[in-house]
Amino acid sequence: MSDELKPDALLDRIDYTPAAGSWMDSTVQIMPGMYCYAAKAESVETLGLPNARTWNPLEDDWKLPENWQEIIHNAIKERLEKFRTFKVFMDICVRCGACADKCHFFLGTGDPKNMPVLRAELLRSVYRNDFTKAAQILKMIPGGEKLSGGRPMTLDVLKEWWYYFFQCTECRRCSVFCPYGIDTAEITIMAREIFNLLGLNIDWIATPVSNCYKTGNHLGIQPHAFKDMLEFFAEDIEEITGVNVEPQFNKKGADILFITPSGDVFADPGTYTCQGYLILFKYLKDKYGLDVTWSTYASEGGNFGFFTSHETMKRLNSKMYAEARRLGVKWILGGECGHMWRVIHQYMDTMNGPADFLEEPVNPITGTKFENAKSTKMVHITEFTADLIKHGKLELDKSRNANRIMTFHDSCNTSRGMGLLEEPRYVIQNVCDNFFEMPPNTIREQTFCCGSGSGLNAGENIELRMAGGLPRANAVKYVHEKFGVNTLGTICAIDRAALSTLMEYWVPEVQVYGIHELVGNALILPGEKERETDLRLEPLPGMEDEDE
Amino acid sequence: MNQKYMLPLAGVFLLFLLAYAGVEGAGLQWFFGIVIPYLAVIAFIWGFVNRVMGWASSAVPFRIPTTCGQQKSLPWIKQNCIDNPDKASGVFIRMLLEIFLFRSLFRNTKAAFNRDENNRLTYSWEIFLWVGALAFHYGFLVVLIRHLRFFMEPVPASLAFLEYVDGIVQIGLPGIFLSGLVLLAAALFLLARRIFDVKVSYISLAADYFPLFLIIGIAATGIAMRYFTKVDITGVKEFTMGLVTFHPVIPPGVGGLFYAHVLMVSVLFAYFPVSKLMHAGGIFLSPTRNMANNTRAKRHVNPWNYAVDVHTYEQYEDHFRDKMIEAGLPVDKEE
Ligand code: HEM
Ligand code: SF4
Ligand code: SF4
Repeated sequence: MSDELKPDALLDRIDYTPAAGSWMDSTVQIMPGMYCYAAKAESVETLGLPNARTWNPLEDDWKLPENWQEIIHNAIKERLEKFRTFKVFMDICVRCGACADKCHFFLGTGDPKNMPVLRAELLRSVYRNDFTKAAQILKMIPGGEKLSGGRPMTLDVLKEWWYYFFQCTECRRCSVFCPYGIDTAEITIMAREIFNLLGLNIDWIATPVSNCYKTGNHLGIQPHAFKDMLEFFAEDIEEITGVNVEPQFNKKGADILFITPSGDVFADPGTYTCQGYLILFKYLKDKYGLDVTWSTYASEGGNFGFFTSHETMKRLNSKMYAEARRLGVKWILGGECGHMWRVIHQYMDTMNGPADFLEEPVNPITGTKFENAKSTKMVHITEFTADLIKHGKLELDKSRNANRIMTFHDSCNTSRGMGLLEEPRYVIQNVCDNFFEMPPNTIREQTFCCGSGSGLNAGENIELRMAGGLPRANAVKYVHEKFGVNTLGTICAIDRAALSTLMEYWVPEVQVYGIHELVGNALILPGEKERETDLRLEPLPGMEDEDE
Repeated sequence: MNQKYMLPLAGVFLLFLLAYAGVEGAGLQWFFGIVIPYLAVIAFIWGFVNRVMGWASSAVPFRIPTTCGQQKSLPWIKQNCIDNPDKASGVFIRMLLEIFLFRSLFRNTKAAFNRDENNRLTYSWEIFLWVGALAFHYGFLVVLIRHLRFFMEPVPASLAFLEYVDGIVQIGLPGIFLSGLVLLAAALFLLARRIFDVKVSYISLAADYFPLFLIIGIAATGIAMRYFTKVDITGVKEFTMGLVTFHPVIPPGVGGLFYAHVLMVSVLFAYFPVSKLMHAGGIFLSPTRNMANNTRAKRHVNPWNYAVDVHTYEQYEDHFRDKMIEAGLPVDKEE
């Protein structure tokens, strides 16, 4: 990141006053650092999606199909019928501007087209031109076209769409403030579906999707390697605790199938969260005989298909139920992840259910029925762990996290597409004594995105990510300075990767932790030796001296 | 000057002049008083119903409410039953609050960035849009309801009561109705915001100024007739009763100003269904607000769900069988 924009230069640029003139007149300039590379042809081919080819967003010719305008027109038409959200949201925005300064990308870049209302207007202007009576009537009057607020679909407009719909992380913060609940994320989702009909995906989405489809996870980790990685973690844990946690794979007849994003298996600091899961499952196995299995086939909780199209989302998600059925488990437990949980909570059962081959989830250890998951039959790990803690089923040593001064980042998807707010906080407060909230306008349903969600956590768009993450980082910096917070807790795999980079850029003193990493540190395994380090192999509080 | 608002402003002036001159100069009372209002009402009803039916005919494939509070989960965690409802009753209250109190707008904040040693982004509560919008809509509603007295004989007691409350502030004669003034003031505030708030000005279209000018024109002509030109009120009542009983009459002694008022109201009605004013209907159908967040507890059915190509476990195992066996992973078929 050495030759990238320095934080000060980025801050200098911020100005919330739009330039003079009409936004409709300007042509888009695709800026390096702000966009993601084009999808590789082979990744597009794996899924059999249209117009696989090599292309470059910076070149004039995007190698579009001959009839691309017709494709777009028909795609909008079809989606207006299939999605009431889309149709209503196209029609009813009053442009009151309540959403304008709610988007982290607007706050971080000052680019007026990052105001949610204008992002939506990019598409709405074409919708008005092509589909509304008002525009058709106005077109009959000379000069009326300008009054209608419509504009025809040109290549420039398409490029502008592409640039700005890949500057939206589908975080839904705008939707919280809109008097009609207009969700710009929903419009971005439609726009990205349309891009995929023209072969205009970005590679950071297309390649993970292709890997996930073929190999089972975003990173294309093959089954034997997946097993190796978890066993490698088991060795690390054994070194720290003296206990072999013995993960199980593809085990038929297990009680519970566990699925988490593969990022936790592959990338620090998610790997420590993953070790936390392993410790928890070992504990539950030894104490209560709970049998949890991992799957190498359904080894991806995340679903970048969600950022491609509804159909692709469904194709990738199908593996969860298919694997649960094949293994004959009772129900599914899901790890810490944001968009994974939006898909599970709001889409999975509808797309790939009914899950009538599973049982209504009951925690066999506490007897708690997870009523809120009785149809989808998948439970969030913080719901599960909070229940265990509440019933006193976990032996926890908080002091092992005593050097962690925590704050908690609500993921966009779990807060605004689910409402999982208290469960992770309850877990945190039971494994760690020092917890401070960020300011109220930046947490819970008003939480700010990490700036890298919805498949935008690539390397080449780092400037966009650091700008988009500014409001989040700014709030962390505040509690860091005020309370000495040194740890940012998350329940999302993308957050763990993205926020680590973000913190390094804006608040380098703060480290990013998954909640189950803290659980793993605090949980006292039966028969464990006296631990000297935490899962990061750093000395535990009080053990620093002995280390020297 | 900005043509985004100059053109709509000119348009509203033109409407005014058209009716005024048409009546005062050309004697076209029957056209502006009878033909246009009937057409406008037909256009309004037909257009409104069509628009709502159009929305209703679109599918709701997924249950995707925007959740603004704690979900229902474990029994000891307190759910926010309104901002994150899992039952119809909660959704109902959430919708009532949205429709009558503009609850989401009430949350509005204003972000500011201070480039200094702290570089802090701050968010302050921003209530003015909410106050302005609420005043505007309730002003409009009360004015609208008060106008029913022109279309009913005898005037119901509840209407008389509303007029009594609306006229509680008494300064001179005739008594002042607060609603009309509030409507005018609020509309002017919303207009000022659109012109002077740089962000709102940037996103505004001609179609955002037009209804505001129109409503300001309606309110201004209405106020002028009531307080200044003192329109012949019995003549007006004769006229309006004629319209609702389908025996239209043109009363003598009612002048051009009244017909200008009627034309602008008619244009507002006709314009309503083809414009953003349909937000009044759309809010009821907004899936992010009118659905319960219980998708995991109760299966939602997508009417157009279709089968898709998937990569099955069998294909996966066929691809990786040797590696899986070598790694000691269980397989379904050994060969
Ligand atoms: C007969 C019904 C309604 C009419 C005639 C109406 C009219 C209008 C008009 C003309 C505006 C534009 C103000 C502007 O441009 O600044 C507006 C804005 C607005 N309306 Fe309505 N509305 C109606 C119903 C509703 C309902 C039921 C709601 C409930 C949420 C609502 C909420 C709003 C809000 C929040 C604004 C934003 C204010 C602004 O744009 O500055 N309206 N409405
Ligand atoms: S808050 Fe809603 S109605 Fe207002 S400008 Fe934004 S999307 Fe449009
Ligand atoms: S969904 Fe999030 S990123 Fe997209 S426009 Fe709304 S606030 Fe911005």
